[in-house]
Amino acid sequence: MSVAISPGTIDVRRVREDFPILDRSVRGGGRLVYLDSAATTQKPLAVLDAERDYYLTSNAAVHRGAHQLAEEATEAFEGARARIADFVGARADDVVFTRNATESLNLMAYAFSNATAKAAHGAPLPPGAERFILREGDEILVTEMEHHANLVPWQEVCSKTGAILRWIPLTPDGRLDLSSLSDLVTDRTRVVSFTQQSNLLGTINPVAPLAQAARAVGALVVLDACQSIPHMPTDVTALGVDAVAWSGHKMLGPTGIGCLWATPETLASMPPFITGGSMIETVTMEASTFAEPPKRFEAGVPMVAQAVGLAAACDYLDALGMGNVAGHEASLTAYALEGIADVPGVTIVGPADLVDRGSAISFTVDGVHPHDVGQVLDSSGIAVRVGHHCAWPGCRAMGVPATTRMSPYIYNDTDDIDDFIQALGRVRQVFGEA
Amino acid sequence: MEDLYQEIILDHYRNPQGRGLREPFQAQVHHVNPTCGDEIDLRVHLEDDNGVMRVADVSYEGQGCSISQASASVMYDSLAGRTLDEALEALGRFQEMVQSKGEIAGDEDTMGDAVAFAGVAKYPARVKCALLPWLAWKDAAMQSMDDVPSMDDVPSMAGVRVEGESNG
Ligand SMILES: Cc1ncc(COP(=O)(O)O)c(C=O)c1O
Repeated sequence: MSVAISPGTIDVRRVREDFPILDRSVRGGGRLVYLDSAATTQKPLAVLDAERDYYLTSNAAVHRGAHQLAEEATEAFEGARARIADFVGARADDVVFTRNATESLNLMAYAFSNATAKAAHGAPLPPGAERFILREGDEILVTEMEHHANLVPWQEVCSKTGAILRWIPLTPDGRLDLSSLSDLVTDRTRVVSFTQQSNLLGTINPVAPLAQAARAVGALVVLDACQSIPHMPTDVTALGVDAVAWSGHKMLGPTGIGCLWATPETLASMPPFITGGSMIETVTMEASTFAEPPKRFEAGVPMVAQAVGLAAACDYLDALGMGNVAGHEASLTAYALEGIADVPGVTIVGPADLVDRGSAISFTVDGVHPHDVGQVLDSSGIAVRVGHHCAWPGCRAMGVPATTRMSPYIYNDTDDIDDFIQALGRVRQVFGEA
Repeated sequence: MEDLYQEIILDHYRNPQGRGLREPFQAQVHHVNPTCGDEIDLRVHLEDDNGVMRVADVSYEGQGCSISQASASVMYDSLAGRTLDEALEALGRFQEMVQSKGEIAGDEDTMGDAVAFAGVAKYPARVKCALLPWLAWKDAAMQSMDDVPSMDDVPSMAGVRVEGESNG
């Protein structure tokens, strides 16, 4: 992963003015230090304003009415699609709106189970759908660090089709162990689905070699970019993968909107997932035919305000510059890793150096359970996440039941990290471990 | 935070009472708190004590945060050796207190160390941690009742709330 890094070029003070929530106090008057952006980011005023403006001026059901508001709403919605697509270097028609990354990944997984089920009794499928038909003994490859959103849907595909789930194991420092990749990617491999950046460990995975190995055996490559698109410049068309899933709420956008980008050939050959209004071509009592992508995958009245809000988030991030975002996070990560290393009894879970690692930092504290660590930090106003981070197998592989995780973003600065480190230093005292 | 991490809780966390899985037992359960990964394996041994059902032993192994682990230790102290009726009452009181959002302080005379968990009620995310061992006990006790020799008419479990069940 080569990321354009220009350190220190985000004016955090200026940025924080756009996030009024960061000025509130918590737990009886303490300053809020929000370090849980890997779970969800805060939203700038520009995003809130965009949603509100849409509701104030143009709200209507898109793609339906004959009136002016419906036209404007449709324009706002499709304009947002184009803006969001542009943010990741894609064509608008290749971006499908979903509820979140979880739904995007399910959309891909269901393409396989639905195509397989339909093929079993000769139901019509789009041209090219053979790629999605699984046979018993076919293999789906994931990694041991996947978020449950990129694991459970594939387990479900396996249990419906007889395909076999395999996974790339982890090294002790939380990277993919690619030493047995040639045994894991075989001519039975039909899908390789993995995360670009681990929400549990912060590890950035090597997309190109994995994608190449997968494509060499004709497997479809799905990338979970939930933790990468918000943090680095991304051109989805240059990744060498077939589909990319991400969520709006982790990149300053509203909740309730996620995206799936896929190559036009991939989308065109996929059967629908959720069905109903808006996604059809013709409907009779006996059967229906389906719209072209992306509408084929967008049943019902969509999340227009959220799309408008996410487009505003893209504007906001582009104004900062995604290279600057990556650079800012890289310097905060370096600063935090150094600070954590000086706190006795704290162990990083995941890469302890800066090579191919993002800003989410998981750790454990000797003798204190992660949940209790989080609670002590919370008493100082520091918001972090605790638990298995929806990557339970990854925790097990790392030999920990759970971790505490801090994850900074554009509105955090070294003061926030200092406060975090200071509070972390108090944790063991509370439990009489130091 | 001091209202959450009371000294009594930290004491039980550091020196857990009754820990370890023991024989004999009628039922063993495994409960987890899926949001944070706390786990407990728990065994219950009920005995017919001249027509009164008694909790002869509760034994457990677990891993998790200080709240769930201390709660298991306090649960052992509160329930082991009691009649089943007393134990169910103790469960009811504990559950009512920790789910009261801070409204019910708990009575030290009847609840003993368990009142230290009153502060947990103000931290919604921790209520599940505190309840994990107690609800595991209830589950195991219900299963055990079917297997206790010479107990035909068992006390009713009615009135014990099932909501907040923590095995996900
Ligand atoms: C790597 C990764 N994948 C998938 C998801 C699921 O995202 P969402 O809950 O928005 O669907 C997350 C969110 O935590 C994540 O970090």
